[in-house]
Amino acid sequence: MSNYQGFRAFNGKLSFLLDKKATKKISILFLLTALVFIISAGLGGMAISPLAILHVFFGGGTDLEKLVVLNFRLPRIVLAGLAGMALAVAGGMLQGMVKNPLASPDIIGITAGASTAVVGFLSIFSDKNHALTVSIHWLPVAAFLGATIIGFTVYLLSWKNGVTPVRLILIGIGISAFMQAMTTLLMVLGPIYRASEANIWITGNISGATWEQIWITLPWTVVFLVIAFVCSRHVNIQELGEDIAAGVGSNVQKGRFLLLLISTCLVAGAVAFVGGIGFVGLMAPHIARRLVGSSFGALLPTSAFIGALILMLADLIGRSAFSPLEVPAGVFTAAIGAPYFIYLLFKSK
Amino acid sequence: MMTETIHTESLTLGYGDSIIIKELDIAIPKGEITVFIGGNGCGKSTLLRSMARLLKPNKGMVLLEGKAISKLPTKEIAKKLSILPQSPTAPEGLTVLQLVKQGRYPYQNFLKQWSKEDEEKVMNALKATRMLEWKDKLVDELSGGQRQRAWIAMTLAQDTEVILLDEPTTYLDLTHQIEILDLLFELNEKEQRTIIMVLHDLNLACRYAHNIVAIRNQTVYAQGKPEDIINSELVKYVFDMNCQITIDPLFGTPLCIPYGKGRRIARRLEQLNA
Repeated sequence: MSNYQGFRAFNGKLSFLLDKKATKKISILFLLTALVFIISAGLGGMAISPLAILHVFFGGGTDLEKLVVLNFRLPRIVLAGLAGMALAVAGGMLQGMVKNPLASPDIIGITAGASTAVVGFLSIFSDKNHALTVSIHWLPVAAFLGATIIGFTVYLLSWKNGVTPVRLILIGIGISAFMQAMTTLLMVLGPIYRASEANIWITGNISGATWEQIWITLPWTVVFLVIAFVCSRHVNIQELGEDIAAGVGSNVQKGRFLLLLISTCLVAGAVAFVGGIGFVGLMAPHIARRLVGSSFGALLPTSAFIGALILMLADLIGRSAFSPLEVPAGVFTAAIGAPYFIYLLFKSK
Repeated sequence: MMTETIHTESLTLGYGDSIIIKELDIAIPKGEITVFIGGNGCGKSTLLRSMARLLKPNKGMVLLEGKAISKLPTKEIAKKLSILPQSPTAPEGLTVLQLVKQGRYPYQNFLKQWSKEDEEKVMNALKATRMLEWKDKLVDELSGGQRQRAWIAMTLAQDTEVILLDEPTTYLDLTHQIEILDLLFELNEKEQRTIIMVLHDLNLACRYAHNIVAIRNQTVYAQGKPEDIINSELVKYVFDMNCQITIDPLFGTPLCIPYGKGRRIARRLEQLNA
């Protein structure tokens, strides 16, 4: 019995090949994400049973339960899930495009660009008394701009009769280091309490999540996740290398630009609200690859769910393990992610 | 009917300022196996790559069925001509079927990713390369010979009249070299596909090629049937090597025996000459 099942409809206008094992695994991951979603809504200072949570979801529960779940916990969980998906899918696309499992949005400088922009925002828009002269609501805009501008700077600087993966990675690492230096400089020059605020943002923090933020990031993220999925066959081709891709009639440079654009948009949309959370974009696609192989039709959804799980769990631990102290989620993703990265480097020898 | 598939007009190729092929006019016969031979760095791979539009000419052009490939949409070219580059690498965790399916890229779009025709061509490609039973295996778990067959299956799935291969037998042991070349020979015999490839082994080139293109000094030194053009002067000029050309006792094709050093067993030579 084969692992693949062809599917055709509408007079052959729609057809695809389904990987049965991968489909099963993606379904399981989906259920797992839903489970973590419900359970983590119940965990924290006030424990609520999963059944009571479901009750609240469907409009029931006490007022206190409603307040805690719907206003405090749910925005965080939803935002963590969305950002996790966005970062993971962006990482998966970059890894496919550059044919290197060590690539990720935080390594090629996109996240660092957002950090610099945020710190720059905090220092430029502070008056003499260190109060912000514009609304803090503009902060995500600054982060978004920082991420996209750096994404394109890296792309343009890598251009020399086209962009090659190696040049993209090396320039990205260089730009990333430069932006980190800029961030540090701005923090040292700025007022001390701004520095600590900036630092929490740079580490990646979901505690300030609001529904307002979610209504902005949700459509953005969903649209680009769908586009990413639609483009998965282009990632598949890119992953076979430049010559093969060109040989089967793919426009390699256009494809690279498109994939980098989608990744940057996904990352920018995520870091604008959750900050410079690292390593999710590196780890999630890699774990996904282990589970379902490297065909992107299956790899991207799998990465998305794993990314959501990682960030939801990191935020859950961050807000409950050291209660009443809040630890930024980025601390946990880095605490697991950094050793994982070293393990990858070690293994790839 | 047209008898040539690809031809070039004063084609000049190079990287930066260094010229590799200069003002070359050459025509590749349809439905035959053409093999490019020449020393290292003579430009045979470069010429092959430019014929597959992977390299832009500095001057001149490559024409496919009489039309300049630089003017044709890349997907249209991909339906007529496929190329297998030298030692391609597959990403970790890709199955043979998933790889071979990629050959259908020029025929697919977002909605149509596995049409009946796709399935048919992929299955035929797997059968022709005897890879059907390995279709669910991971490419990185295959032996060198099987892996190369999987890649060839991908180029076959592309279903093109012309197939270009850049040293398809590199890094393979002798058994697998013969296996791959037999496979390509069969494809040419059964389906009359035009095969153009670069080979290092002159004797194998003589055995499988209908048409040999010998490249030296930025241009084609000679082109024709191996038995018509391969002689010791050609080898001396093209490879800068002294040799004696005899006849292959199994196939009757030219067989090149290089001069040089080595053990001499006088007793056996006397027996042979007696």
